[in-house]
Amino acid sequence: MAEAAIALPPKGGFNFDLCKRNAMLEKNGIALPRFRKTGTTIVGLVFKDGVILGADTRATEGEIVCDKNCEKIHYMAPNIYCCGAGTAADTENVTDMVRSQLELHRYATNRESRVVTALTMLKTHLFGYRGQVSAALVLGGVDVTGPHLHTVYPHGSTDTLPFATMGSGSLAAMSVFESRYKEDMDKEEGMEIVSAAICAGIFNDLGSGSNVDLCILTKGKTEYLRNYQKPNPRSYIRSKGYDFARGHTAILSTRITPLKDQVTIIEGDAMEE
Amino acid sequence: MTGKQPYVGQALDSPHAFTLAPGPTKHTQYPYVTGTSVLGIKYKDGVLIAADTAGSYGSTVRYKSVERLKTCGKHCLIGASGEISDFQQILSYVDKLILNDYMWDDGNNLSPRDIHNYLTRIMYNKRNSFDPLWNTLVIGGVKNGEKYLGVVTMIGVHYEDNHVASGFGNHLARPIFRDEWHENMTLEEGIQLLEKALTVLFYRDRSAINKVQVANITAEGINISEPYALKTNWDYKAFKNPTAGAVGSW
Repeated sequence: MAEAAIALPPKGGFNFDLCKRNAMLEKNGIALPRFRKTGTTIVGLVFKDGVILGADTRATEGEIVCDKNCEKIHYMAPNIYCCGAGTAADTENVTDMVRSQLELHRYATNRESRVVTALTMLKTHLFGYRGQVSAALVLGGVDVTGPHLHTVYPHGSTDTLPFATMGSGSLAAMSVFESRYKEDMDKEEGMEIVSAAICAGIFNDLGSGSNVDLCILTKGKTEYLRNYQKPNPRSYIRSKGYDFARGHTAILSTRITPLKDQVTIIEGDAMEE
Repeated sequence: MTGKQPYVGQALDSPHAFTLAPGPTKHTQYPYVTGTSVLGIKYKDGVLIAADTAGSYGSTVRYKSVERLKTCGKHCLIGASGEISDFQQILSYVDKLILNDYMWDDGNNLSPRDIHNYLTRIMYNKRNSFDPLWNTLVIGGVKNGEKYLGVVTMIGVHYEDNHVASGFGNHLARPIFRDEWHENMTLEEGIQLLEKALTVLFYRDRSAINKVQVANITAEGINISEPYALKTNWDYKAFKNPTAGAVGSW
């Protein structure tokens, strides 16, 4: 009558089955591959009329800068944006997932999305994955209840703050915020302080660099300022230009394989549209 | 630099840590009572160095009146972060050095640069014997009109600059200095800049306390202030009711 428990599919959240096997592999001396994190400076600030988000644009793979101008401020809803630090794949996918959930929710409720909705969806997902989804986010937006700014940590905890910084450059940016933040700033002051904080990260943190992106969210209006500041221009270009004439590189050997002999051309109809 | 991991060489099964000889290990493994950041900047008339007066014992603030800024000789001041007992040992070395120099009675005395070099040699050589003095030192002074400001770390890295910091100060204070320091600041501007950085450190460094000293070294001499408190602001509306927009969340 009593059968052994039926193997049920996991209901969601992180599956720990492989952890024992990974630990065994590591004990036997096999180095597990490290995943790449992006160094980052991301910030958010609440001002008189709304929220300003800022981010740098450098993506790193270990010691190499793999993208000099990536976008770290992600769209969640017309009135909600989210900056992401940590593993790029994780921030990208988790914000994408919540963005689409929010859109469906808007169709279901026929209302503008609220920041706390995005917050709850993000933290529920991240908590279920026990910190393995390495996404540290600064979520900001303006909804019917007013402007909101939150930070979300990889383990799923959140903070509600007037100003926030995340990423490897967060200390440099926070030092700028702590020394300059005032309540009820106007838009120009806010933009000035946010870009100063991102620049502090860009110039003092090795994991952050290149340009400053800003996003200003106010009631009914969102301004996404891509590359608001470019404080790292390419300062030298050889005046004679770069042109490598034949003979610059020594040719060691030549082998020419005519492809016509390998490829058979068949007459045929064009593809249906 | 947490106190948790053994510094180096501790063979994981051997009770003898680094040495092959029997008996207890006689090499520094971890710090116990520590001081946090020291900040230093050059200004028009000399050098300003600041530090708080906390001696932490792990995560407890055990001692609240530790003087981490000490003069050495007439021209120089040393500020230390890290293990306090090692700093006391360094002061003892420096005391002997200065005494010896004084006894020469030759009309000349050691400059801040000389003391910096001496300390570098001590720190580097002890590090090579796997028995470091667990400190980062900030050395500042004025001699013959020349302003000097330098750093030596526990592994012997040494450098001089117009503005320096140790520990957390490197992450929180240096960005502010890089933005706002300029040549020939007045004394008021210099103190204002240091206090701004010290306030940020008090907000964001868990080992920092709100009781600081600022030392001013000029051609006229060295003056270390009495400990005093910085003005802080905890009054933001958003802190008072952080979840106003979403009752029940956190």
